Amino acid sequence: MAKDVKPRVKVPKKASAGETITIKTLISHKMESGQRKDGDGNAIPRSIINRFTADFNDQNVIDVTLEPAISTNPYFQFEAVVPESGEFKFTWYDDDGSVYDTSKKIEVS
Amino acid sequence: MNLKLLISCGVAALATSAAAQDSNALAVDGEALLTETAAPSHMEIVDTIYSGWRFRASETQALQSDDFDNPGMIFVDQAIDLWAKVDGSEGKSCASCHENVEDFAGLRPTLPRVEDGELVTMENMINECRTDRMGAEPWKWSKGKMTAMTALIGLQSRGMPVNVAIDGDAAPFWEKGKELYYTRVGQLDMACSNCHEDNYGTMIRADHLSQGQINGFPTYRLKNAKLNSSHGRFKGCMKNIRAKPFKEGGEEFKALELYLASRGEGLVVETPSVRN
Repeated sequence: MAKDVKPRVKVPKKASAGETITIKTLISHKMESGQRKDGDGNAIPRSIINRFTADFNDQNVIDVTLEPAISTNPYFQFEAVVPESGEFKFTWYDDDGSVYDTSKKIEVS
Repeated sequence: MNLKLLISCGVAALATSAAAQDSNALAVDGEALLTETAAPSHMEIVDTIYSGWRFRASETQALQSDDFDNPGMIFVDQAIDLWAKVDGSEGKSCASCHENVEDFAGLRPTLPRVEDGELVTMENMINECRTDRMGAEPWKWSKGKMTAMTALIGLQSRGMPVNVAIDGDAAPFWEKGKELYYTRVGQLDMACSNCHEDNYGTMIRADHLSQGQINGFPTYRLKNAKLNSSHGRFKGCMKNIRAKPFKEGGEEFKALELYLASRGEGLVVETPSVRN
């Protein structure tokens, strides 16, 4: 597991039905591209988050493939329409096989 | 209005937009932070002091207005973990003695201060805890763990006005800092005051000169994507004027830190701020 990986998510706690809400997500990750070399000239192996998904009540909202050119601490902001109360689940997939996830509840009135 | 007049108006508007601080108001997650106030009485040339936030582009300003968007908060999160992490021979973490980091509210605005005849900064206090009470290795002045921890502790005082003591024991340190501020050094033969007092608000090539306030330190800089200590920033300034920088954590920079803090008296702590 890469060092110091910590997902952060911002989802409004409440919304009205059918409202479009803005979701912000960020994961601290060094996103090593595989193109850099260390002091001795050896290539530093690639280590990035390669996929990010968000699901709402087990229904997929967004599914992103990340490439090595994406900079450190990848940040995603997107909008979603929430029809009912439920839970957003966010998942990040690391090159080394680690999976990081976090979830947030939202109440629709 | 004829065309000529229109153009001259346009040029005038362009000139003023680049010439001074803007008039935007800073609020972080809805909580307003003061970015402008009357200069303290010991400042002779400047009437009003402004936070460096006012000199930044609107995109950079926006990053600081929301704690989620503020990349400095990533490091604050890391420091929260560090706070509880046991280190050193005594088997202690910060949390072993200082239960809540919130208890440090009010500390940042009073630093640096004089204790037992020595000028002490937050970095000194942290390292004293680490070496004397935790039996751990001291942290390097501007390295990640130190800046993260100073940001976490400083954050507790966000919104509180800077108020450092400059009289009594502190007076000789303050005088030394003032002398450094006005002394020309380096191949370009410039003092801090030449840019940050005489020419703030103007452009130095592509950069908009601020008053060099340190109320937002440690600050997240877009240029190196990490938190920067005030001493690290002083070093950068000195390199830019082709001077040989003083040592981070040395007597000169500590005195300068005190003097600069006193020039920002009344501005509020913005730690961790976002700058370019």
